Amino acid sequence: MTQRRKLTNWLVVLLVLHGIIVAAGFFAPYDPAEQDRERPYLPPMHLHVMDAEGHLHLRPFFYPLRLQEGSFDQYEEDMASAVPLRLFTRGAAYHLLGLIPSRLHLFGAAGARIYLLGTDAYGRDQLSRILYGGQVSLLAGLLGAGVTFLLGALIGMAAGYFGGWRDDLLMRVAELFLALPWLYLLFALRAFLPLAVSPLEAFLLVVVVIGMVGWARPARLVRGVVLSVKERDFVRAARGFGASDIYLLRQHIFPETASVLLTQAAILVPQFVLAEMTLSFLGLGVPEPMSSWGNLLATLQQYSVLVSYWWMYLPAFAIVPFFLGYLGLASALQQHASPYKIEEKNSWNPS
Amino acid sequence: MRKERPASQRYRFILSLFLACASTIALPAKGFTQPQQTSAKEELLALPGEIGHSGGRLVISLRAEPKTLNPLTAADSPSREVIGAMQSDLVHINRATQLTEPALAKSWKISADGLQYTLTLRKGLRFSDGHPLDADDVLFSFRVYLDENVHATQRDQLIVGGQPITVRKVDAQTLVFQFAKPDGVEERLFDGFAILPRHLLEKPYQEGKLGQLWTPSTPPNEWAGLGPFRLKEYVAGQKLVLERNPYYWKSDTKGNRLPYLDELVFLFVPSADAQVLRFQSGETDMITRLGAENFSVLGRQQHGYTMSDAGPGLEYNFLFFNLNNLGEKSSADLTQKQKWFHNVKFRQAVSTSVDRDAIVRLVYQGRGAALWGPVTPGNRRWVNTAIPHPSRSLDHARVLLKEAGFSWSTSSNGDSILIDPDGKPVEFSILTSSSNADRIKMATLIQDDLKQLGMHAQVVPLEFRSLIDRVTQTKDYDACLLGLASFDADPNSDLNVWLSSGGTHLWNPSQPHPATPWEAEIDRVMEQQLSTPGYDQRKKLYDRVQEILAENQPMIFLASPDILVGAKNSMANFRPAVLEPYVLWNVEQLYFRTGAENSIR
Repeated sequence: MTQRRKLTNWLVVLLVLHGIIVAAGFFAPYDPAEQDRERPYLPPMHLHVMDAEGHLHLRPFFYPLRLQEGSFDQYEEDMASAVPLRLFTRGAAYHLLGLIPSRLHLFGAAGARIYLLGTDAYGRDQLSRILYGGQVSLLAGLLGAGVTFLLGALIGMAAGYFGGWRDDLLMRVAELFLALPWLYLLFALRAFLPLAVSPLEAFLLVVVVIGMVGWARPARLVRGVVLSVKERDFVRAARGFGASDIYLLRQHIFPETASVLLTQAAILVPQFVLAEMTLSFLGLGVPEPMSSWGNLLATLQQYSVLVSYWWMYLPAFAIVPFFLGYLGLASALQQHASPYKIEEKNSWNPS
Repeated sequence: MRKERPASQRYRFILSLFLACASTIALPAKGFTQPQQTSAKEELLALPGEIGHSGGRLVISLRAEPKTLNPLTAADSPSREVIGAMQSDLVHINRATQLTEPALAKSWKISADGLQYTLTLRKGLRFSDGHPLDADDVLFSFRVYLDENVHATQRDQLIVGGQPITVRKVDAQTLVFQFAKPDGVEERLFDGFAILPRHLLEKPYQEGKLGQLWTPSTPPNEWAGLGPFRLKEYVAGQKLVLERNPYYWKSDTKGNRLPYLDELVFLFVPSADAQVLRFQSGETDMITRLGAENFSVLGRQQHGYTMSDAGPGLEYNFLFFNLNNLGEKSSADLTQKQKWFHNVKFRQAVSTSVDRDAIVRLVYQGRGAALWGPVTPGNRRWVNTAIPHPSRSLDHARVLLKEAGFSWSTSSNGDSILIDPDGKPVEFSILTSSSNADRIKMATLIQDDLKQLGMHAQVVPLEFRSLIDRVTQTKDYDACLLGLASFDADPNSDLNVWLSSGGTHLWNPSQPHPATPWEAEIDRVMEQQLSTPGYDQRKKLYDRVQEILAENQPMIFLASPDILVGAKNSMANFRPAVLEPYVLWNVEQLYFRTGAENSIR
């Protein structure tokens, strides 16, 4: 079945992408907070296979960059020493999944440091920071989506199923949430919190905020589905047999909303990652020296960085494959869900 | 003694504390008198320098609208910058040489006991509206500055030895200033006291409306000054246009009356980046207060303009710890932390571990100077060059910490953690202003430096006003990274920072009694230099203050940025100084070269 195939393909793509971020310690050559103060704003290094004399090398190598005399950020390749790229090197210690200690890195070099995506203002490896930053941004997006859908599903189902004044109340609250100026409220909220929030607290704050802001839309959607489902024959029949509200919601109504929720989730996860990036960009995310895609991009607020160091834009592109992956998954889910639903309905209602 | 002389107000935070701006009160209109020909009676001041030619219009950005044009109430730097081009003082400090020069007063004499200053005014001078200047205007001006009801920002400087100075008119050109005690500042005192037009201001003064007078929207005919430019037009939110004062009292050596320029236009461009873009596109002729990054962006693609680095200015950036005695108000957590902060060895260890060279290199791109004391190398006359400049040493820092009873343990993930004598890990937060990218960068570098000692510091960028509130009011913080810029090179401009009773004595402001012996000594020496006339004696005393500060490290001095400016190539007589106003201090001499002159260059 091609649709099922499509779904699996997108799932595999996403799994690989997330795998890289989860195993950032392995793929990143260096510790993301380590400063190389001799090399601020170093441009991405080039890997060569051909040396100056025209000899071909099997193992890619690079020339270390050194600062030009009297300059702050202009580098030149030091042609005298070619440093070969090594795979599976041992370097900075990290914990895989926060548990397994390791020192193994996918690549590295002996005697010189390699910066494939350049360095930032403090000489920190941009590649490592993007990979580690992805952990924060993606987790915030996923957890935020989790909070949203828990709230959205519960509130939407309650509103749609019970109807009447409860429906009115919940939907007006949802509208209120949609209308609030969230960014300003967030700045106000931050002012009430203690001065130095730990990275974990800051992260949870972001997640809670994203989740709280987002629930209203899925709640409305779920309410709509519940409104139509609860009038269906099989639901009426079950009720006729004396099924309780909880039983009906759990066994008959929730499964009907699941496909809508899943599709919504696939669309909203990348949007929530984007929301995290916006918050961090404005300085409301995890504090330095931790990175997230948003606070990596925050340096672009300076005009001088904007026009001088193009590789500082790279974190913005990191989200693109994820966005495509999730949107692909969403469309596959949607196509997948429609026939599936009819089949299932038939098996439920064989009349 | 401290009570007798309230500390000087001539300090400011880098980000000015803005004063609320009151609405205009209209004055009865007075007609403009037309400019007259130079009369032989006028005693003009001839300035050396390149001889220029008249005409042209200089456009420069200002990062905020001036709140006022009133020299009595101006506290924000845009206001002061504009007023600097519109007003004159009796004796002026040359921003390039940092020495005093005759201005409206052509000469002065100080009596042997240092209590009597006799100033002689230039003859035949006129205000920008043509009204003649005489000693009565000076008398009136100082009466106003000294009047408590006017709340002039400069008033404190005129209280010497607990008593306001008195001014007496001898004749139309001669005035005598009487002091209760000798003033160490000597004639530098007169810099910044603009002489006001009595014919315009006496009536509002008697009606008590002086403080609200002279907002930027004042009609030009209700305004008059003695500076090179006079008010022409103000467009709210856009620009302030000044025109040449035809009665200005300076000339070049050939006798041409200054200023050369016809117009001086201040555009209000709030963001530094927007100022860069305007300058790059040629919309403005000069740019000042540049950050190192924007300076190098402009330097890389120079089209018709030249960038120049005037060297370190007077701004000093520093880290300080909360040394306030909070008593019962303090939380247990802060009390524990203050045990470390009060320990001079802890502060010395932090200072030793800070990589100042990296700060200068990474934050200022090398365009700055590392600091070990509050006086920057830019302040040539007052810097104590004998203060040691120890290089960064983590080993020495560890020795100091060990002596202070600290020890190290290893955390679960292999990092070493500094443990205090009570067994608590050393963790604190560093506040810094969220609007200042340079200081956030410095704090991030220090965070990494301290991590190598096992200290866990967290950088907390905070909006400037709430930061100042925390530091000076609620005193609820651990450490803070700030910068101050002395208004003048003279040590007295920082009196409020060093005296323990001062409101800007940031680590422990407004103390009733000095909390430590070394603060008491600073108080004593600062007070002593206040009334010691003569530069050499005062320099010795101020050197001692710098030594005490370097020893005790209440502030860990970090770095000072260079004054970075740029101007179009056609701009002549452009000589940036490290004192404010960096580029406009000689605005009367600035002129544009013609095309032909340009091509010869």
